[in-house]
Amino acid sequence: MAFNVKALPKKNYIMPGNAACPGCPENIGLKFVSMALGEKATLVVPAGCTSVIQGLWPRQGTSMPVLNIVFAAAASAASGLSRALRIRGKDDIVVVWAGDGGTADIGLQALSGAAERGEDFIYICVDNEAYMNTGIQRSSLTPHGAWTTTTHRGNPGRKKPLPQIVAAHRVPYVATASIGYPWDFISKLKKAASIKGFKYIHLHAPCPVGWRFDPGLTVKIAQLAVETGAWILYEYENGKLRLNPPSNKLVDPSKRKPLEEYIKLQGRFRHLTDKDLEELKKEIEENWREITAILRAQGDL
Amino acid sequence: MRRLGSRKQRKSRLRGEMVLAGSSPSRKDVLVVEPGDHFYPLSVAAPGSMGRTGSWRTQRPVVNAEKCIGCYMCWLYCPDNTIIMREKAGPRGQDVASIDYEYCKGCGICANVCPVNAIEMVDESKFISQS
Ligand SMILES: Cc1ncc(C[n+]2csc(CCOP(=O)(O)OP(=O)(O)O)c2C)c(N)n1
Ligand code: SF4
Ligand code: SF4
Ligand code: SF4
Repeated sequence: MAFNVKALPKKNYIMPGNAACPGCPENIGLKFVSMALGEKATLVVPAGCTSVIQGLWPRQGTSMPVLNIVFAAAASAASGLSRALRIRGKDDIVVVWAGDGGTADIGLQALSGAAERGEDFIYICVDNEAYMNTGIQRSSLTPHGAWTTTTHRGNPGRKKPLPQIVAAHRVPYVATASIGYPWDFISKLKKAASIKGFKYIHLHAPCPVGWRFDPGLTVKIAQLAVETGAWILYEYENGKLRLNPPSNKLVDPSKRKPLEEYIKLQGRFRHLTDKDLEELKKEIEENWREITAILRAQGDL
Repeated sequence: MRRLGSRKQRKSRLRGEMVLAGSSPSRKDVLVVEPGDHFYPLSVAAPGSMGRTGSWRTQRPVVNAEKCIGCYMCWLYCPDNTIIMREKAGPRGQDVASIDYEYCKGCGICANVCPVNAIEMVDESKFISQS
């Protein structure tokens, strides 16, 4: 691995003693954003856990500048902010940091509009697969079968293929990432920062509170999601799809760890019947089929 | 309008300056900007926005400096930036992890990502003195 952890910036942008729960994936993700972009990043944060993490007056939990904004307006506010900065000749990087609810449900039209207009900022969806800040309600990014406080018998729906939906806007850069693979996430952030126009990164972020697992396992579960093939690391650069390690090796299903290893650590899947599990496996298979079909069409497989 | 700070501070606020308000030591870090009659409380980045979160801990990560190989993995993943790497401070001259117990929330991520099991999670009750 060409990743040198000791070469990462040592400056802390995430303040110890902020409001995040123990083992919080959003804190981990924000830390990597600050490592990749440092002083250059200005965050736009709609309601969600990070609203609380970054700002409890009189002390701020992160040292990146933040514009707090209503749910439906994150991408619109970022558009204005980025345009104003460019007019003033500043090259600061505007970064929307929004939850899965804030992105896939409430903020989707603003996101789509900004993508279509080609606004110059990075949109990060930090996907903990439910509305966590208000107590674990289902969102359209909650996976099939998962317990939430609004799906007591397990989510009957299935996860919206959001990165694909954004990629269909033909923006210059769309990527998936995971808090369990910082080298991948950081390099994607740096790449996104170097591209002009609309960039979207979908960050998988397992939440110990909402997914019902031991807070010490946040990173391990994030890695298992990728190793079992449940979460796929890829990027679209100017419309061309590429799988990133370790997902590139997992095109072959026999290389993947059994899905059960990922599922069994999470309380939200405790009630799963064999039928639910089959449903979930089928969904994952479908995701891989879609990806491999695109790679084949590109002549890359 | 709420009155914050000393008379001198209030005067400078009327001129629209940035002042440090608050008389109690715990409020020293409150910044207030006041153009005209309004005041805007601003937050400043500082540790402990949620207080001394070390008190949340039920398990305490304890680093074994002998075992630690200074790989920085715990430092990389600690959500709360409470791992402090001490350069060349290990028994073999290696960099070594140490922990800011004032704010460490005891999540256990560091212990789980350590490749050589140099961090052990110990029940907090073991550290309560019997006196
Ligand atoms: C228009 C509006 N509806 C509801 C809320 C209440 N609310 C605040 S945070 C939140 C949950 C956000 O969930 P998500 O976007 O997934 O982010 P997370 O908390 O998981 O980081 C909700 C529903 C609000 N602030 N504004
Ligand atoms: S609920 Fe989850 S995402 Fe929100 S602060 Fe707690 S651990 Fe972080
Ligand atoms: S227990 Fe959690 S908060 Fe404490 S040092 Fe380890 S990773 Fe950081
Ligand atoms: S992960 Fe383990 S070996 Fe590496 S620096 Fe931390 S304590 Fe030392």
